[in-house]
Amino acid sequence: MQQIIYFFQKYKYFLFFLLLQSIALFFTINNNSFHKSKFISSTNTITGGLYEKFSQFSDYFNLKTLNEELISENEQLKNLLEKYNSIGDSTVTLSLIDTSKYNQKYIYSKAKIIKNDYHRPNNYLTIDRGTAQGVEKEMAVINSKGIIGITEKSSSNYTRVQSILNNNSKINARLKNDTHFGSLEWDGKDYNTVQLHDIPRQAALKIGDTIITGGKSTIFPEGILIGRIKKIDIKNNNRSIDIQLFNDMSSLGYVYVITLLDKKEINTLNNSTDE
Amino acid sequence: MNKVLYIPFLFLSLLFLQVFILNNILFLGSINPYLYVAFVIFYPLKKERYLFLFLSFLLGLSIDFFSDSGGINAFALLFVAYIRLFFIRVIFKKTEQDYLLFNLHQESFGKVFNYVIILIVIHHFILFSLANFSTQNFSSVLLNTLYSSIFTLILFFLGSYIFRRKEK
Repeated sequence: MQQIIYFFQKYKYFLFFLLLQSIALFFTINNNSFHKSKFISSTNTITGGLYEKFSQFSDYFNLKTLNEELISENEQLKNLLEKYNSIGDSTVTLSLIDTSKYNQKYIYSKAKIIKNDYHRPNNYLTIDRGTAQGVEKEMAVINSKGIIGITEKSSSNYTRVQSILNNNSKINARLKNDTHFGSLEWDGKDYNTVQLHDIPRQAALKIGDTIITGGKSTIFPEGILIGRIKKIDIKNNNRSIDIQLFNDMSSLGYVYVITLLDKKEINTLNNSTDE
Repeated sequence: MNKVLYIPFLFLSLLFLQVFILNNILFLGSINPYLYVAFVIFYPLKKERYLFLFLSFLLGLSIDFFSDSGGINAFALLFVAYIRLFFIRVIFKKTEQDYLLFNLHQESFGKVFNYVIILIVIHHFILFSLANFSTQNFSSVLLNTLYSSIFTLILFFLGSYIFRRKEK
C-alpha cells in the first residue's frame, strides 16, 4: 500500500500529464470521424459570436470581388430565365404543364461564411446559420461557382461545414456529357485541385471535361458545378484524375445551403430495402 | 507587470493573437506561425506544476475550439509544457533551488536560442503529425514543420525583443 502511495507521489505530475494528454487524444480521434458528435467545434456561442464580429470587419476588404461575383451570377441567372421564357413562347408550352415538374424539390437559403480553412489536411468552415434557421446536418453548401461542402454539426445559430478539402470528404460526382460517376476526394496537397476516384474504365475522359455533382445521394442536387479535368494518371488499371476546382476555396464569402425536401422519404425508402 | 495579472494577460493575448491574426497569415499559401507556444516559454518556473500543465492544456484546447481541430493543439502544447523542465535542466543546468530566480533574459543568447528552437520544433512536429493523422504525406509534415518553425522563431525573437525594451 505504501508503495502505491509512494508511486503516486513520485509520478503525480506524469499521471496528471497522461490524463490531460489522453483527453486531448480522445478529442483528436473523435474529430476525425464524421458520424460521431463533436465536442470541440467553433459552432458554440462564444467562438461563433467572436468569429462573426471579426468577419464584420474583414468583410469590407472583399466588397469589390463580392459585387463582381454577384453581377456575374445575376447575368447567368438572367440568361437562364430568358431561355425558359423563350420556351414558354413557343409551341412546346403544352408539354411543360406537368404538375410533377412544379413540385419544388430543393430550397436554397443564403448563409455567410464566418470562418474558412483551406491549408490543413482536414478543413472546416463555419457559417452563420443554425437549427434556428432550419440548417441541419448533411445538407449541401454551394456558391455561384460550385460546391463547397456538407454541413456537419449545427448549434442553434451556427453550423460547421466539412469542406470538400477534407480527407474524410466523399462526394458523388459525374461527367457533364456522360452519366458515368465516381467519388470525389481530396489528397490534402493543393487547395485548388481535388481527385476523382472509382470512375468506370469505359468512361471516355478528356482533359478539360467539366465535372458536376452526380445527384446519387440525398445531399447534393444533380448538376452543380465542381471543376475541370486537369490531369489523368494511369497506374495499374487505376485512373486517378485531378480536377481543377472552379471555386477559389481561399476566398469565399456568401454561400447557399440546399435543403432537400424529400430527404426523409428517400431515406426511409432506402433503409426499408436494406432489411 | 503585476504578477497576478501577468498570466491571464499572457494567456488571452496569445489566444486572440493566434486565432484572429496568425491563423490567417498563410504566407505563401500555407505557412502559419504558431506563436502561442511562447506561453510555455514565458511561464515562470515553479515547483508546483499542476496549474501550469492545466493552463497549457486549456490554451491549446481553446485554440482547438476556434480552429475546429479536435485536440491537436492541446496535445502538442501540453507535451512541450511537460518536457520543458527536462530541457531547462539540460541546457541551463538549473536545479530546483534556482527556479525562483530563473529569468530567461539573463541567460546567454545561445542557450536561450537552443532552448526555444527545440521546444518550437517539437511542438510543431507533433502538431502537424496529428493534423495529418495518417502515415501518408509525411514529407509535407516535415516541410510544414520546418517552414512554420522558422516563421515562429523569427516572430518570437522579434516579439520578445520589443517587449523586453518596454519592461526596463
